[in-house]
Amino acid sequence: MVSAVFHSPARALPEAKAAVKNAVAAAPPAAPVQPPTASVRPARPSYDWRELGFKVVPPIVGLALLVGIWALLTMKSTTFPTPAATFAEAVKVFSDPFYSKGPNDQGIGWNILFSLQRVAVGFGMAALVGIPLGFMIGRFEVLNRMVSPLISLLRPVSPLAWLPIGLLVFKAANPAAVWTIFICSIWPMIINTAVGVQRVPADYLNVARVLNLSEWKVMTRILFPAVLPYMLTGVRLSVSTAWLVIVAAEMLTGGVGIGFWVWDEWNNLNVQHILIAIFVIGVVGLLLEQLLVSVAKRFTYDDV
Amino acid sequence: MNSFIEVQNAEMVFATRKGRFHALHDINLTVQKGEFVTLIGHSGCGKSTLLNLVAGLTVPTAGTLLCDNREIAAPGPERAVVFQNHSLLPWLTCLENVHLAVERVFGANETKAQLVARSKAALALVGMDHALTKRPHEISGGMKQRVGIARALAMEPKVLLLDEPFGALDALTRAHLQDELLKIVARTASTVVMVTHDVDEAVLLSDRIVMMTNGPAATIGEILSVELPRPRDRIELAEDTRYVHYRKEVLDFLYTRHGRAVQQAA
Repeated sequence: MVSAVFHSPARALPEAKAAVKNAVAAAPPAAPVQPPTASVRPARPSYDWRELGFKVVPPIVGLALLVGIWALLTMKSTTFPTPAATFAEAVKVFSDPFYSKGPNDQGIGWNILFSLQRVAVGFGMAALVGIPLGFMIGRFEVLNRMVSPLISLLRPVSPLAWLPIGLLVFKAANPAAVWTIFICSIWPMIINTAVGVQRVPADYLNVARVLNLSEWKVMTRILFPAVLPYMLTGVRLSVSTAWLVIVAAEMLTGGVGIGFWVWDEWNNLNVQHILIAIFVIGVVGLLLEQLLVSVAKRFTYDDV
Repeated sequence: MNSFIEVQNAEMVFATRKGRFHALHDINLTVQKGEFVTLIGHSGCGKSTLLNLVAGLTVPTAGTLLCDNREIAAPGPERAVVFQNHSLLPWLTCLENVHLAVERVFGANETKAQLVARSKAALALVGMDHALTKRPHEISGGMKQRVGIARALAMEPKVLLLDEPFGALDALTRAHLQDELLKIVARTASTVVMVTHDVDEAVLLSDRIVMMTNGPAATIGEILSVELPRPRDRIELAEDTRYVHYRKEVLDFLYTRHGRAVQQAA
């Protein structure tokens, strides 16, 4: 069997419960965001500042440390920009994100949107192919034995190794980039869906057999809901991979996109823009991941 | 005689990684229509395996199984199973869980409203009509098992197969559900085969108790007919000499003559 990275649906629950607990803890004071000077009733059981502090302070300290070290190291440097200079440049870049001065000079907003569009197309096609394939591999042992060695062989291949194949077949840069996204983000979805199908509790399948359900009902009422949490984990991993790959692919293929922007700014020796791009890539990746985590949480069920 | 389920010379051998495991040997059993039969024995003696054979979930290595004079080749709704751990689908409500079964059995001939009415009636029969829209994780273990029973009953099966249905429940809930089951079976005149490891449960519910020897190659050791009048009341029976006698018979079989396999092997 292909081994997979997967998160059991049960693991998401304690997090959710903790979140609920925090929400409840936050509920009693009417306006927890108000500064302490505004509260005139000190006798009331107050908000758990300690817990909030423990959650908020360490990340801020971490960020401050990073910026501090960066500032220290770049104090005397002439090539590497200081945090302040980078921040000033970022304000400039983000003040006009959607300008367009020809194909090689567009605002950062356009660059992000073009990259996201490529990711959406490549990832969407990977989902359309990967999820049904995963279902079939999970359901039919023969297919599993047939495909598993191939998956194990192809999965670890670097994204960039697929790019020439795309260029050769499609004879254009943009489809080649989309192809690279497709082939790199398909594996987690295939594997997680297949594992999910294989782990559907035997009891549920026995129920299906006793009730003599049609294959369609088995699919829609038993397999699909049971596999959904696994599938969403695969989708999450895939989106992260896709976003990881797009930067590298665009560096090589060009066009408008965040990856090409990084490469273009390197050729312009505009290091500030590269640092801004790294930050933006990180934030967008984080948002994509969070979006899918929240989707996944909605679809997990209590299995008791 | 209207013998309804017939098991003839059934053998069951499992191919495991450690080799062949001979689970059941030479099982012969006949169940009459409307009869309540329990299978009792120590854990691992193959009583659930025998039930699965009757259900059609597993196929015997040798021998024949008949239900209503037709060979049992696959599972089917006419032999409804109530599983040990309720096996309700967690993403469906109680009503939907029952409806899934009803739809399959009666969907071809009845309207949607009739099907829903059937599902609701089955849940009402087990006293769960207050929780139609609840999901399994929102109700207690005893309630889940009731819904499991409702799902089985809703299919109007020829035989009800119960695999230690109350095993995971606390003693009070178990007693309560046993009484409910007695009433339901009396009302529907169902044929029931039930696996249990609880001696009191077996005596209270059964017409006949099938006592199985220890595995490997477990077989039917003895069959005890319980001739207590119905309806049965657990409080009255507690001091009934016949009840005490039957209870002792079973205990005798299980502990004196067929103590745990582990001890014999040691």
